[in-house]
Amino acid sequence: MEKELRLMKGNEAIAEAAIRSGADGYFGYPITPQSEVIEYLMSERPHERTGMVVLQAESEVAAINMVYGAAGAGMMAMTSSSSPGISLKQEGISYIAGAELPCLILNVVRGGPGLGTIQPGQSDYFQAVKGGGHGDYRLIVLAPASVQEMYDFVGTGFELAMKYRNPVMILSDGIIGQMMEKVELGPQKNRRSREEVVKSAPWATTGKTPDRYHNIVTSLDLIAANQEKFNIKLQAKYAVIEENEVRYEEIDTQDADYIFVAYGSSSRICQSAMKIARAKGIKVGLLRPITLFPFPKKCIAEMAETKKGFLSVEMNAGQMVEDVRLAVNGKKPVEHYGRMGGIIPTPEEVVEALERKIIGG
Amino acid sequence: MTNNELSYCPGCGHGTAHRLIAETIEEMGIQGDTIGVSPVGCSVLMYNFLDVDMQQAAHGRAPAVATAIKRLMPEKFVFTYQGDGDLAAIGTAETIHACNRGENMTIIFVNNGIYGMTGGQMAPTTLPGMRSSTSPYGRDTILMGNPLKMTELVAQLAGTYFVTRQSVHTPRNVRRAKKAIRIAFENQKLNKGLSFVEIVSNCNSGWKLPPVKANEWMEENMFPFYELGDIKVDGKLVTK
Repeated sequence: MEKELRLMKGNEAIAEAAIRSGADGYFGYPITPQSEVIEYLMSERPHERTGMVVLQAESEVAAINMVYGAAGAGMMAMTSSSSPGISLKQEGISYIAGAELPCLILNVVRGGPGLGTIQPGQSDYFQAVKGGGHGDYRLIVLAPASVQEMYDFVGTGFELAMKYRNPVMILSDGIIGQMMEKVELGPQKNRRSREEVVKSAPWATTGKTPDRYHNIVTSLDLIAANQEKFNIKLQAKYAVIEENEVRYEEIDTQDADYIFVAYGSSSRICQSAMKIARAKGIKVGLLRPITLFPFPKKCIAEMAETKKGFLSVEMNAGQMVEDVRLAVNGKKPVEHYGRMGGIIPTPEEVVEALERKIIGG
Repeated sequence: MTNNELSYCPGCGHGTAHRLIAETIEEMGIQGDTIGVSPVGCSVLMYNFLDVDMQQAAHGRAPAVATAIKRLMPEKFVFTYQGDGDLAAIGTAETIHACNRGENMTIIFVNNGIYGMTGGQMAPTTLPGMRSSTSPYGRDTILMGNPLKMTELVAQLAGTYFVTRQSVHTPRNVRRAKKAIRIAFENQKLNKGLSFVEIVSNCNSGWKLPPVKANEWMEENMFPFYELGDIKVDGKLVTK
């Protein structure tokens, strides 16, 4: 069969992927730089294409709670926003994690804090990876580095969300969301029938049948001992995710003395930086975490045995670098290089930082 | 109803309101087709008492949660059950927009003029001069603002089809409230918009009154401000 190729923005690819993955519902609220997601969805009339429900909510808060309702009914539901809007969604995300509901959340990150800027950033790493909302919970966090991955991670994200009954976040940024690249589209998947939904989500509020107790979707348990037991179960689930779902990409790491650790847009900049460095005779490779939780800590720990140093390149003040340091555990130098407020680092700056902070340091 | 023991204080109207909803569901034969959404507040545990599939929503967000459930399963009967703090303070935006979109569902709004679960603090519906733990000398409307008549407000919106205010403190009022709840559920078959039933109720603990006295106080003070009766029927405002 001939490949279906299209030139698309990252945000459009996400929207098309949502329709083609057989998603049941999308609930969003406009914010730059991700408004194309809902614009594209509305223009595509997904209700006619697949019967998918797309609704512009009155706020990010309402949108994430619509996702809660849809996911609680066993449906494949998603929302998207950008940094300030994702902050507003944190309460709902915590409830979704606490009620163990599967869903997909896209953050097209812009520089912060506050209203910040509309230019790209990676300053929401902590929020996405360490929790964001209240309580001991984790999101599965996928970090796309291309428009193709924006498309692909929708399907991957829904699969992981349903497999673990856990919210999944696609942590993108304003570059990946706005840039256009060639995308290979997958086939249209049918939305699941109601019978399939009931079968795959027997816990969901699909309407009580005589053969079962009524289903309850809640994150509340007032008995402390029960709540602790539930928390232990959650932590066990996260341990399984850490064991089985780590994804990363290595580029030219075999012969490398030094390693750039970078995800998303920063990893693209690092690929250019590697060419410059290697032309100068500096052997540097790239480790690109694809899942930020679970983090590829085993891979980094192994590299710490043989490599000379690590530079974590991020468009923030140094967030992922903390996880790199934990994995390296003092064995080798680990430094951070980043720009903030929507400034994108140049490959030359990155090479200069490697020479100054790691090689010369 | 399930066999679980109700968690409400003796004399509280929640139990009666729950029973009226349960009776309506049973009489309509829609137990398997009803999805409820409980709020944050005293009735947070409603899902333990009503024998239908239910979701528990974040504080104030029940109308958003219910919106998605109804949109994705339009043949189901979807209702929210919310107190005045949940619906008229923290959830104002969700309430107004679900009503204004005309979501084809039912909102049951129990208004006792106080935050019951957290220990009797001032609510958006606390009457002028009424004492609460955060208005210990009475609600001073200059300092603390005015009580909000959410039901009159949503009646003005194009998306509401049926808006009424009832109570459940006497057998006569119980019968009227039940009729209103039945209409509100039946309306979901018409696909004409949102049905909104306010139940003015008591809070013996929060008001610090014994049950009978609380009901008398409610009649003397709450009803003059929150007048009982239909406000909008079949999409048209009732003229008095």
